[in-house]
Amino acid sequence: MGAGHAHRLYLPGTSPVHRLPPQCKLVALLAFVLLVVATPAHRVWAFALYAALLAAVAVAARVPLATVARRVVIEVPFVAFALLMPFVANGPRTEVLGVALSQSGLWSAWNILAKGTLGVIASILLAATTEPRVLLLGVERLRMPQLITQIATFMLRYGDVVTAELGRMRTARAARGFEARDLRATGVLARSVGALFLRSYERGERVHLAMVSRGYDGRMPALADVGATGVQWAAAAALPAAAALVAAAAWMVP
Amino acid sequence: MSAPDAVPSLEVSGLAYAYPDGTQALFGVNAVVGRGERVALLGPNGAGKTTLVLHLNGILGGGLGTVRVGGLAVDARDKKALREIRRRVGVVFQDPDDQLFMPTVREDVAFGPANLGLRGEELDRRVAAALERVGMGHVADRPPQHLSFGQRRRVAVATVLAMEPEILVLDEPSSNLDPASRRELADVLRSLDVTVLMVTHDIPYAAELCPRSLILSGGVIAADGPTLDLLADEELLREHRLELPFGFDPAAAAARPR
Repeated sequence: MGAGHAHRLYLPGTSPVHRLPPQCKLVALLAFVLLVVATPAHRVWAFALYAALLAAVAVAARVPLATVARRVVIEVPFVAFALLMPFVANGPRTEVLGVALSQSGLWSAWNILAKGTLGVIASILLAATTEPRVLLLGVERLRMPQLITQIATFMLRYGDVVTAELGRMRTARAARGFEARDLRATGVLARSVGALFLRSYERGERVHLAMVSRGYDGRMPALADVGATGVQWAAAAALPAAAALVAAAAWMVP
Repeated sequence: MSAPDAVPSLEVSGLAYAYPDGTQALFGVNAVVGRGERVALLGPNGAGKTTLVLHLNGILGGGLGTVRVGGLAVDARDKKALREIRRRVGVVFQDPDDQLFMPTVREDVAFGPANLGLRGEELDRRVAAALERVGMGHVADRPPQHLSFGQRRRVAVATVLAMEPEILVLDEPSSNLDPASRRELADVLRSLDVTVLMVTHDIPYAAELCPRSLILSGGVIAADGPTLDLLADEELLREHRLELPFGFDPAAAAARPR
């Protein structure tokens, strides 16, 4: 708690990308990812162009490329499966460094790796240039039901509180000599998780009480308006528009 | 203190309540708090203090007796009156993390008045004024979880001040505060021109801030009088599990200039 003044993923700034309304950025991200996914994997040059587009966005947003590279590591567990594909897939084989690998498996691995990485980088750029709560305002502007955005808002607010509580419970366990040595520790840990759930549930009730005391009737009052102008939509559309050209070229070039 | 002819801020008469599981918490509570008074509600753990507080803004109800806030009866079934009651009764709960649930301080303070239908410039003015009254104007754009505990408590007070309440109800306002934060909160509370009902078992804090005290014990008001008189009655305090902390002398506290 109290580590920084903003979310860990957010890099404060005033670049043109930072200033775009959140809903524009969200729609641009979604369109970009869909276009990338729709591109045939065999057109390797198209993916290079996509990467160049994202690099341009990163430069415009003044997000250091090293930061992006560090954060891409998050996808490792998800793409580990892709690295298995060349070994387990069937079909014609090809020799790579003396190992016989499936050709279709190699293409599948590349497909997952390239598209996954581009999607992750685009999301990293969104997270680095948009505060989480502003992002939620954007989601709400896009007509997401208020119930869902309210839940997400509370997750954002109480994530730290619950994590701190978990930390205190861990300290309290350790202070009484508990160490998770083997499977027998599972029971203790499970009870801790249960206690944490109950505490969070009770906190939820108290928060609700405090909200009702201040006139809450099921709807959050709309406080900030994050309306977007046509110019801002057009600016946000630059990325998916460029990506659309690349995708179209990838399909049409023989 | 209070002008006897004016409508009192709070009037509780014959209030009794049993929880659905059958536990009786209140056995006929009678109390009147005049406009502009600062009153402490003292009582041991389990005396029914929180149950009483939840009756004041209609969250609990359905038992015997009546509660009136500024002359308006609290009735849990009358939704329209309830909205006005919740504007008039500002409850500051014990844990500021329960009270501050919005992503930033500004939005949190705006939550109450926005529920009352305020928007735009008027809302901004309310928020700024409420934060200024607790000396927290400079943290408006920060997330509540990044404030110190004392700051969070003061912001929690601002969230209900923004609704311009008739009576401010504080549940254990001094709990978990360090001495400096205690003093700062006391300064804030003294500077407000609203009726205050302070629920606490922090006796020195009650003696410092509230000229009058009620003792709630066993679900009834066991004593009602000037705080320092009650605190001088050792037998009364012992009977209701209220002990003076080590080194605290009510007579010396009375002699101290404030």
